[in-house]
Amino acid sequence: MTLLGGLALWVACLLGVWGALTGLLGAARGRADLIASSRHAVFALCGTLLVAVLALQVALFRHDFNVEYVAAYSSRNMPTFYTWSALYAGQKGSLLFWAAVLSVFAAIAQVVTAPRHRIYLPYVGAVTSIVATFFVVVMLFGGANPFERLPYTPLDGRGLNPQLQNPGMVFHPPMLYLGYISITIPFAFAMAALLSRRLDVDWLVAIRKWTLLSWLFLSVGICLGMWWAYVELGWGGYWAWDPVENASFLPWLTMTAFLHSVMVQEKRGMLKKWNLLLIIGSWLLSIFGTFLTRSGVISSVHSFTQSNIGYFFLGFLVISATLSFWLYSRRLPELTAESTLESIVSREASFLFNNLLLVGIAFSVLLGTLFPILSELVTGTKVTMGPPAFNRVNIPLGLALLLLTGIGPLIAWRRSSLPNLRRQFAVPVTSGVLALLILLVAGMRDPSPIVAIGLGAFVSATVVQEFVRGVAARHRQYSEGWWLAFGRLIARNRRRYGGYIVHLGIVILFIAFAGMAFKTETEATLRPGESATLKSPYGWTYTFTHLGVSQYDALNRQVTAATVDVTRDGRRVGRLTTEKRQHVDSRGQPTFQPSTEVGIRSDLREDLYIVLAGVVNGTEQAVYRFTINPLVWWVWYGGLIVALGGLIVMWPGGGAPAVRRAQAGYAVKLVAKDAG
Amino acid sequence: MPDRREFLLSGLAVVLAGHPGIQDSLPDAGPAGKLWDPARAGPSIPPTTAGDNDAAIQAIEKRLKCTCGCGLDVYTCRTTDFTCPVSPGLHRKVMAMAGAGMSAEQIVADFVRENGVAMLMAPPARGFNLTAYLLPGIAILGTGAALVFAILRWTRRNRPADATAVAPSAAPATAAELDQLRSELERIDA
Repeated sequence: MTLLGGLALWVACLLGVWGALTGLLGAARGRADLIASSRHAVFALCGTLLVAVLALQVALFRHDFNVEYVAAYSSRNMPTFYTWSALYAGQKGSLLFWAAVLSVFAAIAQVVTAPRHRIYLPYVGAVTSIVATFFVVVMLFGGANPFERLPYTPLDGRGLNPQLQNPGMVFHPPMLYLGYISITIPFAFAMAALLSRRLDVDWLVAIRKWTLLSWLFLSVGICLGMWWAYVELGWGGYWAWDPVENASFLPWLTMTAFLHSVMVQEKRGMLKKWNLLLIIGSWLLSIFGTFLTRSGVISSVHSFTQSNIGYFFLGFLVISATLSFWLYSRRLPELTAESTLESIVSREASFLFNNLLLVGIAFSVLLGTLFPILSELVTGTKVTMGPPAFNRVNIPLGLALLLLTGIGPLIAWRRSSLPNLRRQFAVPVTSGVLALLILLVAGMRDPSPIVAIGLGAFVSATVVQEFVRGVAARHRQYSEGWWLAFGRLIARNRRRYGGYIVHLGIVILFIAFAGMAFKTETEATLRPGESATLKSPYGWTYTFTHLGVSQYDALNRQVTAATVDVTRDGRRVGRLTTEKRQHVDSRGQPTFQPSTEVGIRSDLREDLYIVLAGVVNGTEQAVYRFTINPLVWWVWYGGLIVALGGLIVMWPGGGAPAVRRAQAGYAVKLVAKDAG
Repeated sequence: MPDRREFLLSGLAVVLAGHPGIQDSLPDAGPAGKLWDPARAGPSIPPTTAGDNDAAIQAIEKRLKCTCGCGLDVYTCRTTDFTCPVSPGLHRKVMAMAGAGMSAEQIVADFVRENGVAMLMAPPARGFNLTAYLLPGIAILGTGAALVFAILRWTRRNRPADATAVAPSAAPATAAELDQLRSELERIDA
């Protein structure tokens, strides 16, 4: 099978080159035969890369340890669940996964693109083929061939890193990859629009679902990554501004900016240049993130092993950026706006400022991530940009963005009058101010959480007000029941109300982040029967009683488990277990350093987070770290609500044409013209 | 399924565990005994001291980067990566300095003198480092101000045109305008 896999990579390389050449030539010369050949090459490339993936997966399941990748990332006693994820656990496998998923997306784009947008497809096929070919070339010529064989066959493999043996790691990397990879399709359409000089709104309509899909995958991938970090890494947090975390956050920010600014182009024919820049920038950032993870240029706990493929990515990044911006600059005269802003107090202007902040935060994160290198280059001194540095810069920017999240939906398109503004802002502003006062009266003094919660109340009131007014209007106009009106309001205006649900999810996330400012923790060494206490931010006293330590063998690990009984103000709340795991291969040989499994008890208010640091002199006397993390569940709920809102926006349909016209801002024009 | 030898050995272990000759490793402390295989639990950890939970010590350690290469601060590393050979030593050094009466700033300065400014989790806000702290804010504020200025200019320039544009809106649309409108509506409807 590995021979087949290796062969598939070579065939994929040739098919990719063929697909790119025929696509570009066919579209440029209008030759239908070349265009058809390019389309077939895209499908063949997809099939070939799927064969390669299948070959590697078979090698993993057959424990073919003569294959270097299989020996490095799997073992005989590894759970089947994680043998699947071993496919993308290592550098080489993840490159294959990247290329294969991209080829699948490229094939889907060829199939599902509406007939009136088919004019772009030869170019789209060419661009996706070029990108997929690049990944295949890295595998074949960059020393990253996943089918490479060893000169000997080990009896067993090393297995997956213990920290990757977590359900979060089975779903988090593919979700992020899907997000990164699917940005290539909007980028390919943007390039197609530039190459074909068809720069009207058509290409934006063609990529609408793709951009949402990328954004949704990135959002879910980032949230799953946070969850994994929280339950697996044991430091009690979920975001550390690590370069690899930042690499996933950067395209998310620019894609979010695009999802807002694209509405301005669709409705008013403005921001054409800006939207193209955002798509090109998002894709370049996705490649930059891949470069960052794989080059070893910046130290990160998530990085793959340092290798020379970083140079391949850097080269590809530079060439792609140069070509994209050159083409973009050549088409600038054709990208003139069809209308101009009519007022600074308009939805369009608020989207501009929202974009400014989103891109500004992306710039800030990028600068912070690269600053250690820049500092060394400029001053010769290497510095560390840890969480305190990132928080100092980005918390104020994040809060400003939260404010705009509330302001945007309250302002009308084109221009807002003063009475209209008064009517729109009265309830949300009152809610925000009330929340602030309540917090101050309650004795909270930490400025960032207070402002975050106050702004959260403001934005939530905005969203609720929009829903209440919409439902009330339907109730009055169509005599629908309240729930029916609520359901139909969302179903008929998915983009608008799905977007509001996303905003609500973002508010919940911000408030949950603010909750971490109140975390409390303590370390304690306990003999069986001894207790430690910790005060929660809500004023409760938790008592943790060490029950003892037990040791047992599991499938691929030797477990040392410490159990703690927990009471809150004297009332028992449950029992928690935290573990030390020594992973072993099928012969009982240790494969990695002992890892720690956290004991977590969650409820809506706070998480109890217990870590077994170790034992004293091989006895049952255990050293623990007890942490109380407020509002952590709301991070996961917030993520779910963001994903739900994204799904609603993406869902096909969206009401009758008249509704869609109204959403697109054409209803008034139509009435005016028809009346004439 | 364990084989017969494993079964007999485990039975023997149970018998030996109940033997009075096996001493509890922690007398008078309840049923705390030696672990069956201490190596599985990782390296031995010293018992917690008062300094470990001292908020002032933790605050200092959160400003200092662990030099083991993990990228975490000293406090997070020593309370997360229990196999780290570096952070416990740095923690002891911080406690010793604090015990000797040094202030937080003196302790941090001492570490920076010894290991360089990269020892700090956030670079000091001076010199070139100000770029990282101030440039994003300045860029956003500058671009924002430019945007406000540009929008105000556009709107002022367009206002007279708007005023004249109101009158013809009541006039019949041309065939070309209606065609364009229809084509755009079809695109939205699709």
